[in-house]
Amino acid sequence: MIPLAFDYARPDTLDDAIALLAEKGEDASVLAGGHSLIPVMKVRLGAPEFVIDIGRLRELSYITLDEAAGEVAIGAGTKHRDVVDSELLAAEVPLLPAVARTVGDPQIRARGTLGGTLAHADPAADLPAAALALDATVVLQGPRGKRNVPIGEFYTGVFSTVREPDELIVEIRFPRSGDAGWAYEKFTRRSNDWAIVAVAVSGDRIGLVNMGSTSLRATATEQALAEGRSIAEAAALAAEGTEPPSDTHGSPAYRTHLVQVLTRRALETSRGQR
Amino acid sequence: MKVEITVNGERTSADVEPRQLLAHYLRDSVGLKATNIGCDTTSCGACTVLLDGEAVKSCTVLSVQADQQAVTTMEGLDGASDGRPEHPVTKAFHAEHGLQCGFCTPGMVMSAVSLISHDSDLDERKVREGLEGNLCRCTGYHNIVRAVLVAAGKDPDAEQKSEAESDALRTAPGFSRGEAGA
Repeated sequence: MIPLAFDYARPDTLDDAIALLAEKGEDASVLAGGHSLIPVMKVRLGAPEFVIDIGRLRELSYITLDEAAGEVAIGAGTKHRDVVDSELLAAEVPLLPAVARTVGDPQIRARGTLGGTLAHADPAADLPAAALALDATVVLQGPRGKRNVPIGEFYTGVFSTVREPDELIVEIRFPRSGDAGWAYEKFTRRSNDWAIVAVAVSGDRIGLVNMGSTSLRATATEQALAEGRSIAEAAALAAEGTEPPSDTHGSPAYRTHLVQVLTRRALETSRGQR
Repeated sequence: MKVEITVNGERTSADVEPRQLLAHYLRDSVGLKATNIGCDTTSCGACTVLLDGEAVKSCTVLSVQADQQAVTTMEGLDGASDGRPEHPVTKAFHAEHGLQCGFCTPGMVMSAVSLISHDSDLDERKVREGLEGNLCRCTGYHNIVRAVLVAAGKDPDAEQKSEAESDALRTAPGFSRGEAGA
């Protein structure tokens, strides 16, 4: 399978990339690791006329602690593998490397990027739901400058976000959560596959994978926990407000059951009760 | 677009369309056929090569992304050109019979080379996880895992011995010898 023809550019700097994106706008797709975009182009679900390759912009690859803000800042071009291996993240945002470790397989983690998977907005992807549980902020940069978007306002539908066509994700910021209990429960039938359903917990926030057209918070469960109800009672509410998809791996009813079980397990693990 | 890619230590170049995949560059533009295309959906790993030392699936990398970088294929391992298994990994695959039909073998070997270079203390679980991105449709994983352990300088039978001794103590949930990892 070969993509439809396109024009290609590999700008040398972030400023050049943003200028080019401003010029090409809706005709262009941004290529970082390529492990979301290239498969889509190969099956021709996507056919951009222009591809802007930011995969070698070293200025987008970093993981740093911002002590003053109490946050860890990660460059959008940081590869999953570097997230997995980061000792800083293991200490400060431990859910994130644990979730990144479940993305695809070693070859995919060597190429795929954090910014790329957040931008791609696949509701079955692992890291967007983790970002919800971690209360991340997405930093977008375009010709009008930078703006910060809370992850809870970032997703608008399947494969769609509030990112404008001339904007790039340049950074993702995560509040320090090293003291919070965390867990990731991912259910798949094959070892390197997408989740059928998965649940990410960090402290009192819960992110759900593949339970609707976007990554979601389990708000009813979070509310029940805040009211002091038991894990079992709260987890039984995990599917409230969701619209789980129906596909070859399971019906909505199956996913509704699964998300309750996985949420209970994740909460028990995150609170040290298993 | 003109690309220049160092393949197995030799500079190569070709005028390619931006949509050309690295796997096709290696097979069609350079003429090296060890890199196999199995699934074409980033699943099977038969097209795995090293790109600047990192294992990647060459069916999901554009040739233009690899411009000015270095690729190593199965043909680039020691002894591959004269058919003798000289590289530690190919030698171990040979000794442990880590192959059946052989279609997945180049990708398995390249993943193994990358895995061994990144982790100096491999065990069976790590090898199975490290080969997660490579599928063998002959279901021949067991000998492949043994081969990688041998190439890494480990005793492939060590864990079986210690497990037999501590079988009764083994309580970790979800642990299943036959199903873990690859």
